[in-house]
Amino acid sequence: MLRREDVAHVARLARLTLSDEELDLFTDQLAQVLEHASDVAALDLEGVEATAHPFGLVNVVRADEPQPSLDRDEVLAMAPDVEDGRFAVPRILGEDQ
Amino acid sequence: MRSAGEIARDVREGASSAGRELEIALSAIRARNDELNVFLYVDEAGARLAAQRVDEAVARGERTGPLAGVPVALKDNLCQRGIPTTCSSRILEGWRPPYNATVIDRLVAAGAVPVGKTNLDEFAMGSSTETSAFGPTRNPLDPTRVPGGSSGGSAAAVAADMTPLALGSDTGGSIRQPAALCGIVGVKPTYGLVSRYGLIAFASSLDQIGPLSRSVADAALLLEVIAGHDPRDSTSLPEPAPSLRDHLDDGVVGRRIGVVRELIDGADPEVVASVDRAAEVLRAAGAELVPLSIPELRLGLSAYYLIAPAEASSNLARFDGVRYGLRVDADDVAAMNEATRTAGFGAEVKRRIMLGTYALSAGYYDAYYGQALKVRTQMIEAFRRAYREVDLLLGATTPTVAFPFGSKTANPMSMYLSDVFTIPTNLAGEAAISVPFGVGEGGLPVGVQLLGPGRSEARLLAAGRVLELAEGRP
Repeated sequence: MLRREDVAHVARLARLTLSDEELDLFTDQLAQVLEHASDVAALDLEGVEATAHPFGLVNVVRADEPQPSLDRDEVLAMAPDVEDGRFAVPRILGEDQ
Repeated sequence: MRSAGEIARDVREGASSAGRELEIALSAIRARNDELNVFLYVDEAGARLAAQRVDEAVARGERTGPLAGVPVALKDNLCQRGIPTTCSSRILEGWRPPYNATVIDRLVAAGAVPVGKTNLDEFAMGSSTETSAFGPTRNPLDPTRVPGGSSGGSAAAVAADMTPLALGSDTGGSIRQPAALCGIVGVKPTYGLVSRYGLIAFASSLDQIGPLSRSVADAALLLEVIAGHDPRDSTSLPEPAPSLRDHLDDGVVGRRIGVVRELIDGADPEVVASVDRAAEVLRAAGAELVPLSIPELRLGLSAYYLIAPAEASSNLARFDGVRYGLRVDADDVAAMNEATRTAGFGAEVKRRIMLGTYALSAGYYDAYYGQALKVRTQMIEAFRRAYREVDLLLGATTPTVAFPFGSKTANPMSMYLSDVFTIPTNLAGEAAISVPFGVGEGGLPVGVQLLGPGRSEARLLAAGRVLELAEGRP
């Protein structure tokens, strides 16, 4: 059974902040979906292979020839913050690290 | 209304012009877009330029493409260079992609005129457009009801005669279900037939771009243009686009068609009656109809709502406020990531991200995601067994006609059930078409669905054409 603290844990993993009301609501709603999925979870599928992809195309690579890529200025023009031709972000490490 | 094929012919022969066809589309959009909320962005300037190029090519006597001068609507999860592309999400509001999706390049090369971007459920997660951050689209046939989703804006654009053609994407039914609810044709092509380059990913092993149109012939025309190998999509089938229009009148003589109990059970009585009548029409046209049961299909919905959210939780990790779209500032980068995602994603997207994260998390991976992948194998094998007996399958596209706004939003599971008949095709990577056939509650259209194995588009379109002709549509 899905618990409120499970949902809080998953929200942390997914980098989402949930209010108390959202936590209650999502716990109920996600529990319903998982309840529906219990038919799948309960099956005995020992020996059945998993399919992650419908067709068996593997290791598709293009010819190793240089090709133009996206224009850097055009890409950076759409970024929230830019510095010296790069994406700028707030500090990554705390001041004491 | 003329078909897309007729419009292109008129433009090529000088009986009309791309400019004139564009003005017809723009004026239809102006007449009803405020009411219906179909287009999030109309690119008048870009469309006029594209139309002018087609008309100049015609004037110079150059060969123009099969879609010469045909206005096309684009679902707003397709990247178009310099044009706002939002996925109906606040997190991408204001973003303008630096490149075109391959399908857009192909449309333009074929002479089509992209007119604008249509509304969808946020990140294509929904069946009604009600999860769009920019408000729902209304069904042109009954504005108190949903158009379906997630390609609801694209379906409504065609149903409201704003554009003769539209592109959508189908991850679990997102082309076929809104096509059914809006009374038009929608095709979910074989996985890999159409390049996904430039389609903002929801669930990469399920997503596929496809056509929405008024007629089967127009769907074939548009699909021929967008199909074919693309080196920029490593999952693209390594073969040229199939010939579809040449087979439109192949009919169904001698075809064996399975009527699948699991694709009908639970549908409204009028929907069931439409499928029964479609079976009769196909039989009268020379097909052999075989009742079938494929019990594995019943597990599709559960497997899908583990696999698609799992893939989505991974795909949507890229929306972190660093490179594009929304950024909500905070003291450090992790807090910025979280504040941005919390402010930028709507409730349904958060639900699916959390569901997927849970299904992939330590301790639950084997029980949920791992099991769902095995069910996927069983589904593929079950379809394969069925296609040893029959050429195509027949069922309903969706259990009900278009439903009123708000009737399924409080209970996500009830909304998810809208896709119960369309999901198996995505899990198997196969092809299916929804064709309007008959009416249900309130005189609203019903869609019947034909399903086929991978690369069966020509057969599906020919069978769909038989149904369309029986309904008196030319």
